[in-house]
Amino acid sequence: MKGKPLASIVSAGLSKFGKMKGLYGRELFAQAAKEAYERCPNLDPKKEIQALFVGHMGESYEHQGHTGATAADWAGLTPVAAMRTEAACASSGVALRAAILAILSGIYDVVMVGGLEKMTHRTTPEVTEFLAMASDFPFEQWHGITFPGLYALMATAHMHRYGTTEEQLAHVSVKNHYNGSLNPKAHMQKIITLEDALKSRIIAWPLKLYDCSLITDGASCLIITKPELAKKYTDIPVHIIGSGHACDTIGIYERESYTSLRAAKLAAKQAYEMAGVSPQEINVAEVHDCFTIAEIIAYEDLGFCEEGMGGRLVENGETRLDGKLPVNTSGGLKAKGHPVGATGTAQAYEIYLQLTDQAEKRQVENATIGLSHNVGGSGATATVHIYRRG
Amino acid sequence: MAETTSFTIEQFYKFIEKGKLMSVRCTECGKVMLPPKPICDECLSDKLEWKQLTPRGKLETYTVIHVAPTQFQSLAPYAVGIVKLQDGLKLPGIIKNVAFEDLHIGMELEIEFDASLPSKWPIWPRYYFKPI
Repeated sequence: MKGKPLASIVSAGLSKFGKMKGLYGRELFAQAAKEAYERCPNLDPKKEIQALFVGHMGESYEHQGHTGATAADWAGLTPVAAMRTEAACASSGVALRAAILAILSGIYDVVMVGGLEKMTHRTTPEVTEFLAMASDFPFEQWHGITFPGLYALMATAHMHRYGTTEEQLAHVSVKNHYNGSLNPKAHMQKIITLEDALKSRIIAWPLKLYDCSLITDGASCLIITKPELAKKYTDIPVHIIGSGHACDTIGIYERESYTSLRAAKLAAKQAYEMAGVSPQEINVAEVHDCFTIAEIIAYEDLGFCEEGMGGRLVENGETRLDGKLPVNTSGGLKAKGHPVGATGTAQAYEIYLQLTDQAEKRQVENATIGLSHNVGGSGATATVHIYRRG
Repeated sequence: MAETTSFTIEQFYKFIEKGKLMSVRCTECGKVMLPPKPICDECLSDKLEWKQLTPRGKLETYTVIHVAPTQFQSLAPYAVGIVKLQDGLKLPGIIKNVAFEDLHIGMELEIEFDASLPSKWPIWPRYYFKPI
């Protein structure tokens, strides 16, 4: 049935994002879990949370795998059923999808879903190498194509096909840095100018430093329940009314288009149809701006504008906090930061705050329907979720 | 089943070592795949054969990598791109012998085979693109 709640968010937590010196990923996850517990005094986590789904991309960063059990342990949830999901940067978007399916299965009433990544203690070349593991090894990594390099290939193609400009890319960065300046948990609270962005050093032409998301430590989580139980825990739940998940070839070069992500378009179509809403009905969205070009492509894949018009949408200010459809009010991956495995549920956390009037200085007025868009790698995985204030 | 085991990435690179660019053609539905896969991704058949490709094509998109992973540090900055081969299939790789400002979508490139690395899993000989 269209628009019927699939599952409901009754609480959420987010660690501080940034260079969290001296803290392990699991300790950041404990911070996020603690906030979620405190936000929901009607819930007894020890007795009522029955399972944990946790997104985590890489063992290489902390020399630590087996993240489901580890995160459950540090969140005080042992011996609940815990599992890790891995889908590169969409690891916790996929975890959210799995958690919703688990609720819908009827086996669980209350579950926690989240994600974590600890990255900043590694050198930039190391992180560059670890992130590249989300792409194809024998044909992309082996030929020196980095992760920013893959999105740069998309940016070059988008600029060539639609006339998208480096200035338009920079507008994404300026907007998201402004939003991040209003978010006390963001990695960077620094307002930047168009000139700062355009003059920053080249990472993979045409992408410059300020076109790239941040290497960040952080963790995020949500507590979700069967919709009929939500009011037991909170006066204002957020219902998840649409969920989409699709994949594409691991190699970008096998795809027909470099200017849109087929997996994201398919996931969006599924989520919109399930929710019974159109792109024009979305009040606030968190999209996967791992690079500025990715946000522009996201506008187009999600139907916020016509194909090729994403650059103009941001240039005209329509996705600013005071625009028609505010996008990445949290600061996005660009300014809030991108602890890879934590990102999907960190996006859901921001939508939860927005739809329950808890987003403070960056609150979007009368927001009732929200969307999150989480992409893994160069688009081989995508999840889209649609939320409605309960 | 025995012959499907040879439609591997390793075999693709063994051909590269010999200066041949090879794709895999499904003898059931005719789909041609690059990279080679052991099952046709169109009709799921494993009745396949190798098909040699012309090692030249046109640049579809490109970038210049300035921040490189550890093993490519000494090469940076370097250009990479995706080339649409004359046979219609696409292949990514490093572009050599070109000034960055001369890079443009549609430029004609050919493959240079480099057999200086041993073909030993997962260390492969490389191929590069260069202007014709």
